[in-house]
Amino acid sequence: MQKFTTVTGIAVPLRRSNVDTDQIIPAVHLKRVTRTGFEDALFAAWRLDPEFVINKKEYQGGRVLIAGADFGVGSSREHAVWALRDYGFDVVLSPRFGDIFRGNSGKQGLLAGQISEADAETLWNLVESAPGIELTVDLVSKTVSVGDLTVNFEIDDYTKWRLLEGLDDIGLTLRDEARISEFEAKRESWLPRTLPALSPESSPNSLQ
Amino acid sequence: MTNVIPTFAVGSDTGLRTLAEKVWDKHLVTKGEDGAPDLIYIDLHLLHEVTSPQAFDGLHLANRPLRRPDLTIATEDHNTPTLAIDKPIADRTSRTQIETLRRNCAEYGVRLHSLGDIEQGIVHVVGPQLGLTQPGITVVCGDSHTSTHGAFGAMALGIGTSEVEHVMATQTLPLNPFKTMAITVNGALRTGVTAKDIILAVIAKIGTGGGAGYVLEYRGEAIRALSMEGRMTICNMSIEAGARAGMVAPDQVTYDYLEGRAHAPRGADWNAAVAYWQTLATDEGATFDAEVIIDANELEPFVTWGTNPGQGVSLSGSVPNPAEIVDANERSAAERALEYMDLKAGTPMKEIRVDTVFLGSCTNSRIEDLRAAAEIITGKTKAEGLRMMVVPGSARVRIEAEAEGLDKIFLEFGAEWRFAGCSMCLGMNPDQLEPGERCASTSNRNFEGRQGKGGRTHLVSPLVAAATAIRGTLSGPWDLVQDGDQ
Repeated sequence: MQKFTTVTGIAVPLRRSNVDTDQIIPAVHLKRVTRTGFEDALFAAWRLDPEFVINKKEYQGGRVLIAGADFGVGSSREHAVWALRDYGFDVVLSPRFGDIFRGNSGKQGLLAGQISEADAETLWNLVESAPGIELTVDLVSKTVSVGDLTVNFEIDDYTKWRLLEGLDDIGLTLRDEARISEFEAKRESWLPRTLPALSPESSPNSLQ
Repeated sequence: MTNVIPTFAVGSDTGLRTLAEKVWDKHLVTKGEDGAPDLIYIDLHLLHEVTSPQAFDGLHLANRPLRRPDLTIATEDHNTPTLAIDKPIADRTSRTQIETLRRNCAEYGVRLHSLGDIEQGIVHVVGPQLGLTQPGITVVCGDSHTSTHGAFGAMALGIGTSEVEHVMATQTLPLNPFKTMAITVNGALRTGVTAKDIILAVIAKIGTGGGAGYVLEYRGEAIRALSMEGRMTICNMSIEAGARAGMVAPDQVTYDYLEGRAHAPRGADWNAAVAYWQTLATDEGATFDAEVIIDANELEPFVTWGTNPGQGVSLSGSVPNPAEIVDANERSAAERALEYMDLKAGTPMKEIRVDTVFLGSCTNSRIEDLRAAAEIITGKTKAEGLRMMVVPGSARVRIEAEAEGLDKIFLEFGAEWRFAGCSMCLGMNPDQLEPGERCASTSNRNFEGRQGKGGRTHLVSPLVAAATAIRGTLSGPWDLVQDGDQ
């Protein structure tokens, strides 16, 4: 993962709340087996409408998405994050995120910053009055700024640190490999195992 | 360093713990310091074809082994056809995804139940059915409806693909602690009101983001009175309230469901397991960070009118008027939803005519759901022009239903009797709504286009689905009683 520090780019106002991951990328577009190539699937159903904000000329090349509350709720599909990244977004700002989406974002270098409802409204108004305007998002100071205006966003410190350092989670965890093995040695023997595969035929009571 | 991560605010002072906290503590590999997450051990990892290929790919690129194939199991469900399952999958990209899963499972030694296999089915139906889902364990899957498994008193989390890869490589996940919310459902459900109605009412009450950051624990008399199937229906939709997980403390109902299942412990192991399971219930006097109380006696069949699962009303109610919604964002969301759903404010829900009834999905495709719907339609006639599709949750459920003759009841009624899979819940296979088509669906999401581009979804219980299939308009079992014998 690349290190994230600041981003300056065109802001796109998405004045909708409850943008679920089915809207970010509909299920029919989840069939690829790679992590890339999802840019055309982003908001695929909504993009059929020429008036949809992403389609407007002045917002082309957008890097900062400003959305309503409960962005990324619903399905766990990380494809939603990949689609936003592939399209070119580096930052999504919203008053509240779906938990799984927020977690997925942090793994893929997409900054999911939480702003207040009032600041979302301020930023929407500002961007809509000057379409194509660029915002600067600074992860170190957790601020979004444009001209004289600066608003704060929240992100948990651990995710912030990982984004700033561009760290790989698995590598970090494997530094504790000995602790994992130690934990495994103490697990109860009766805990479920998938192997060897047992079938109900060997246990007549299993279908009630 | 300021700590913005939600932490358990309670329990530590008194030593009293909730169910969720007990399971969490039991799986702590390392405690996070300075805002870092805890490292939690994962007992069971479920895989399917859609969210795993990129994770396997990551393992491959990093040349890492899959740490515990013996705690991992895969099934094909999202893309699989529900007709002609003996033929090659027609859609090329779907076929590629399935073939990729097969190749990856073979390479990494993961047990896989493929289309046509007797244990194939929706991942959240298969785990419990095999007895792999057990109280007090941690379960993850790259699927948000993993919350289903919480019905057993497991901590069950839906995760993204990067996390899937993380679990493959380490059998652990770095996780921030959750807050706890009690959903207490007092009283008893009236006949015709089900687990589905409870959870739809809960989501309407707390909203699609109301559970964000929380693990929900469903408690109270009405929850205790539910079967495991009913508890799974409720926990399944915890994610629709934004919650990270939903749980029910295990009890005799749980043990009776598990005993004798293929992967349930046996003999002395069974006794040891039950002894552990009996320690899991939330301690008397432990406090939750939040509590919501619902009176089951007052609940009616519940249906959605909008495009998120929180936009629901009692079946006897009407489409709400957005103008009466105070919050500006909610008002515009409601206006948008009514436009998409082609509904007018004030229309009684029971006057809404549907084209399709879908009985299936990880929410309501278990044997009890099929029995309940079959009982309603027995001897009745399907509404003219209406399509009803019945998709069992697993191959086993299908076989069991056929052994009971349920397939004949559905077929005689005029419904389609399909093979197991996710099917029309999300329309990744050919089972999709046409643009503008309206569906009463026992699934979990009424998002725009969820069941097919332009499709309109009303979430309902299996009983409402069955009654609707008879009357052609959204209906409950009580309406059939009023109709008298047809």
